[in-house]
Amino acid sequence: MRKSVNRVWRRVMANKLISEMGLPKSIANIFAARNIHTAKDALSLTEFELMELLDVGLAEVTTAVSSISEISCPPYQTALSLLEQRMHNEHLAGHLPTRLKGLDAALCGGIPFGVITELVGPAGIGKTQFCLKLSLLASLPSSHGGLDGHVVYVDTESKFSSRRMIEIGVNSFPEIFQIEGMAQQMAGRILVLQPTTPTEFSECLQKIKDSLLQHHVKLLVIDSMAALVSGDGQGQCRQHPLGWHMTFIKSLAEFSRIPVVVTNQVRSHSGDDPFHYSFQDSRQNLDFPTTFDSHLVAALGIPWAHAVSIRLVLESKSGQRFIKVAKSSMSPPVAFTFAISASGISLLHDDGIEMTGPEINAICGQVLKHFNVASSINDAHNIKYFRDFEVTVVYSIKNWSFRVVCG
Amino acid sequence: MEVSSLPISASHRAKLISAGYISISSLSSISPAHLARDLGISENEATGILKVASQRGGPERTIPSHHSIVDGAQTAWDMLHEEESCRRITTSCADLDDILGGGISCKEVTEIGGVPGIGKTQLGIQLAINVQIPLEYGGLAGKAVYIDTEGSFMVERVQQVAEACIKDMQEYDSFLRKDLPARQVNLQANDFLANIYYFRICSYTEQIAVINYLEKFISEHKDIKVVIVDSITFHFRQDFDDMALRTRLLGGMALKLMKLAKKFTLAVILLNQVTTKYSGGSFQLTLALGDSWSHACTNRIILYWNGNGRYAHIDKSPSIRSASAPYAVTGRGIRNLASNCKRVKLILRARLAHDEHICRSLI
Repeated sequence: MRKSVNRVWRRVMANKLISEMGLPKSIANIFAARNIHTAKDALSLTEFELMELLDVGLAEVTTAVSSISEISCPPYQTALSLLEQRMHNEHLAGHLPTRLKGLDAALCGGIPFGVITELVGPAGIGKTQFCLKLSLLASLPSSHGGLDGHVVYVDTESKFSSRRMIEIGVNSFPEIFQIEGMAQQMAGRILVLQPTTPTEFSECLQKIKDSLLQHHVKLLVIDSMAALVSGDGQGQCRQHPLGWHMTFIKSLAEFSRIPVVVTNQVRSHSGDDPFHYSFQDSRQNLDFPTTFDSHLVAALGIPWAHAVSIRLVLESKSGQRFIKVAKSSMSPPVAFTFAISASGISLLHDDGIEMTGPEINAICGQVLKHFNVASSINDAHNIKYFRDFEVTVVYSIKNWSFRVVCG
Repeated sequence: MEVSSLPISASHRAKLISAGYISISSLSSISPAHLARDLGISENEATGILKVASQRGGPERTIPSHHSIVDGAQTAWDMLHEEESCRRITTSCADLDDILGGGISCKEVTEIGGVPGIGKTQLGIQLAINVQIPLEYGGLAGKAVYIDTEGSFMVERVQQVAEACIKDMQEYDSFLRKDLPARQVNLQANDFLANIYYFRICSYTEQIAVINYLEKFISEHKDIKVVIVDSITFHFRQDFDDMALRTRLLGGMALKLMKLAKKFTLAVILLNQVTTKYSGGSFQLTLALGDSWSHACTNRIILYWNGNGRYAHIDKSPSIRSASAPYAVTGRGIRNLASNCKRVKLILRARLAHDEHICRSLI
């Protein structure tokens, strides 16, 4: 608890008051007289501007600025102590294992704490399935490798299916779920929020921030981000609504040290998407977007792509589904084949395929036959795209099951 | 020289001018008491003003090197000596080192930008490790400061890169010194981690504060040879309505970093993000933070995708010609795109270059 309080305190470093910094009385009074109260106010002016404003000599200004900077600067630590701290305080040195062996090995243990992990792919590829499985894994007791905590699931497209989640649980961890009342306890740890407008979404995020510290929330899932926030318009306008959400979610992840998983949609590559710099001669370069059929790009734009720390691309090509580690500072670019079954997502091979070229970032979505799974309960919103392979979708509801086979 | 250019407070300046002291030479032979009376200020303040004035224009200022025509200047010949003896930090990729003239220069600010996922943080981590390579392996035996504004510093990855670096040094040892008894590399990955000073920055105020504080920090930790800021852009990209303020703050930061690089002979590496701009009828990629920022850094390297691989392009440098080289991001860090056996050659090359230079300077 003390650790998280420390981080909250650090959040307001920028707002540290000059009057409380222990500067010599004379200069502190001059700052106050000119309405410069916080570190942010003082450091937003250059030294010459301060000299003009405060009417003092350069030497005094330099000394004051360097004292203010030293006090407002966050403390340093060596990379070694950072590692030791994480290994000591956090589950698996700050990772949530996905139980997909190959992926966990690539990610040095699992989904990392404290940063945003993005799942991007075409509709129906399995992003929500992945999120459901992760939610379950986070709520499991630590004796079974879980984080033993609450999960906040922000569902903006009404895709959350608790029945499907229980089904994944029953099939993946039968020994837990067969115990009386366990299913209820696990499901009781997952809190689902379903905002329907961008304003509600922003309010949701504020509420989450407030409750993160008080309750043992161990995972935040936002499925999906793109539904309520627009990131890129044609021409990349400088101020887009995503900016605030991006920094907010990033700082939430950072100060609470929990994994944050966000799903993102795709859109088709338009002629305006830039791929080249001015020094590149566009004639000679292989225009790789056109070599893949129905090439797609991630929504939400370039600033969002910079803000996420891990980007997992899910795509399907020639009847095979792939999950690719497209952006990760700790993994080589590697792809795994996967399938969706009753127990959620599973990898077909734990050895990934290393991809050294730009195709690691490409998203291929061979959009195929439209199939509407209309089960008798409120899962009618599940629309899946299939072709050329059979899928058995089983929903077990209490004592009767509903089986759908499509081919 | 004019009094108006002296770094003194505005009211003192105004008083000087209204009392008739317009040039600095007019202050050269006046006593503090006399000045205090003329301006109506205390004698202490007058002494202060005269001290500043004498530092600016005095002819009796001690000149560090031999006699120069303009005070404080260095001759190009002296600078040539300095430039040649300037160490460079290897990037572990021989092709990249080649186009950089041996590696990242240790007295300048280098900006490295690219699309997300191209390997900027990877390169930053590689350099933070490579600066620590001991002198006998052609390295600088220095320490690193890593300023993380985005939370992209993953310790597990740093461990991986450190371990791979140690293995490389071992291989180099056995390759080069095969007729001598085997020498153990007495380093562990954790030793490398202990020499990286990590700052986590959460707002632009903290970013400015840490850059201001670095001067004091580095004078207390003299063996720091590289400062990496990952990324310089993040906190300046959103929240800024006042673009003029942003430009001023960025300019101030760039100047301070340049001063740091020169004063302590260290490499400053700034990682930048990309944005799009409309030019020549189409949208193109360009580094973020605007046109005025693009003038601020001495060197600029752009990492980009070309065909099937990652390339680095030297976009701007006063001393190196513009060129591109391929590189790869592997489990061991940044390496050559070509086969692995070049790994040993690159360390060997660095060592030979160093030896060659020592021979040259003895002549």
